[in-house]
Amino acid sequence: MNTSTDSQSVGIVTPQIARFDQPLLLACGRSLPGYELVYETYGELNAQCSNAVLVCHALSGHHHAAGYHAGDDKRPGWWDECIGPGKPIDTQRFFVVSLNNLGGCHGSTGPSSTNPETGKPWGPDFPALRARDWVHSQALLADRLGIDCWAAVIGGSLGGMQAMRWALEYPDRVKHCVVIAAAMKLSAQNLAFNEVARQAIVSDPAFSEGYYQERGTLPAQGLALARMVGHITYLSDDAMANKFGRALRSGTLDQGSDGDVEFQVQSYLRYQGNQFSGSFDANTYILMTRALDYFDLAREYGHDPVAAFSQATCSFLVMSFSTDWRFSPARSREIVDALIAADKPVSYFDIDADGGHDAFLMPIPRYLTAFSAYMQRVGDEA
Amino acid sequence: MRLDLAHILRWIDPGSRVLDLGCGDGEFLQLLRDQRQVRGTGLEIDDNMITAAVSRGLNIVEQNMDEGLSNFPDQSFDTVVMAHALQAVHYPDKVLDEMLRIGRQCIVTFPNFGHWRCRLYLGTRGRMPVSRFMPYHWYDTPNIHFCTVRDFEALCYNKGIHILARDVVGNTQRQPVLAGTWPNLFATTAIYHITR
Repeated sequence: MNTSTDSQSVGIVTPQIARFDQPLLLACGRSLPGYELVYETYGELNAQCSNAVLVCHALSGHHHAAGYHAGDDKRPGWWDECIGPGKPIDTQRFFVVSLNNLGGCHGSTGPSSTNPETGKPWGPDFPALRARDWVHSQALLADRLGIDCWAAVIGGSLGGMQAMRWALEYPDRVKHCVVIAAAMKLSAQNLAFNEVARQAIVSDPAFSEGYYQERGTLPAQGLALARMVGHITYLSDDAMANKFGRALRSGTLDQGSDGDVEFQVQSYLRYQGNQFSGSFDANTYILMTRALDYFDLAREYGHDPVAAFSQATCSFLVMSFSTDWRFSPARSREIVDALIAADKPVSYFDIDADGGHDAFLMPIPRYLTAFSAYMQRVGDEA
Repeated sequence: MRLDLAHILRWIDPGSRVLDLGCGDGEFLQLLRDQRQVRGTGLEIDDNMITAAVSRGLNIVEQNMDEGLSNFPDQSFDTVVMAHALQAVHYPDKVLDEMLRIGRQCIVTFPNFGHWRCRLYLGTRGRMPVSRFMPYHWYDTPNIHFCTVRDFEALCYNKGIHILARDVVGNTQRQPVLAGTWPNLFATTAIYHITR
């Protein structure tokens, strides 16, 4: 049973599709002939169209950020803790737009969509995307919705990177940029984890060089393995210790018994992997991790973050979580330091949390309180 | 409004860039914004204070001064303010150096431990003073580096810090002359406007 009747839920929501027939020139030099973006909105756009908030999703996210699609949905959207009446992104004040990024696999045009030139799925031939391509397509969606300037562009992780790119690409269309558990670029360690994930996928024979849809195979094993690796990096050592410890799910380690033994954490990871491989597209996973790898906020600004942020005209909120080692607080402080040096208004909170990278999705009281306080200001200035 | 804050306000240029170290709930930054159109940034480490300051629409960075201020570029602020925090940092001399590196000018306020009441308390009872203004015991106080007006000026002299102005807040509004004439005895709060 869900809480869709809860007063703090946006309730039942219905995704919408925006179709774009103008080709989109991409950072890779290729262009996408036409495409669709699936999105959801929560709250009402005011008469001045000044209360719109864009939510950018992370690696495996999608447009369904809050509420329920049906009354019997078991779980709400992925960021329901933060979006809804009385929540940090208060839908009584804001008109929230959440879309599935281009290249995604939840309804927006991506590798599993049909290539109009061949009549077959794009598969691995889908153009490579960069965060800036998402930002440009999001700007076109904003045009379509009549939104000239976002009251705030908000994102966690890869979503936070998009939010920063927004501030640089469209400085006059963003008033506040909220960057949560993100970084200006990935570290070598981060690149390495993404490569392991991609190798897990491509080395699954069922991957078929990416043409698995055409060939009727599914690299479920590889995708599950990729997710298992990723999932470990989203949790903290403490969180895993607290949740699973060394508890056994089955078998015994007593002397004299040599039966199979399974730790709780093994079973949990396998479950997560299998759940994910049943609902996500392998080519999209490869595309998204590459976009994450290639992101480097200051690359086009002489690799100088201060020069990059000098383009921005908005105010910034940066938040990090103490046990996040995938996008550590040090990475967030680099963002803050560059913003200070560029003389940009910035607030920064380092939230004490044991949840690791995934903490940005969790109902941590101090996180919600501080986030709400900042969004109050965003609303006042909208 | 706290008296020391009212004194500081007149030293802040309209429209300037101000860094407030240990900004608390942002009362002073809000005053600067509303009365001096200042572009301010506050540093604070207390969760509740940060939330309160952010609720005033201020820019607040969660950062511990005791872990350094090296992330702030040289001369990046017009004024760096530290009100009633000097006595609570681990290395007051180093924080002063950093303030003067970051700001063109700095404003520092601190409780004067040389005040006659402190001296009397210590002299007659032989115990660390506990008062309305300093309500902590020696073991639980956040104020780990108390100094007197003369101590502070000696430090400035040794460091070659130029004192642009000194102001004091006395025990009562009726005794401004006493505090002005014998600040080390009668100032409860000392206020310094300093630069390199």
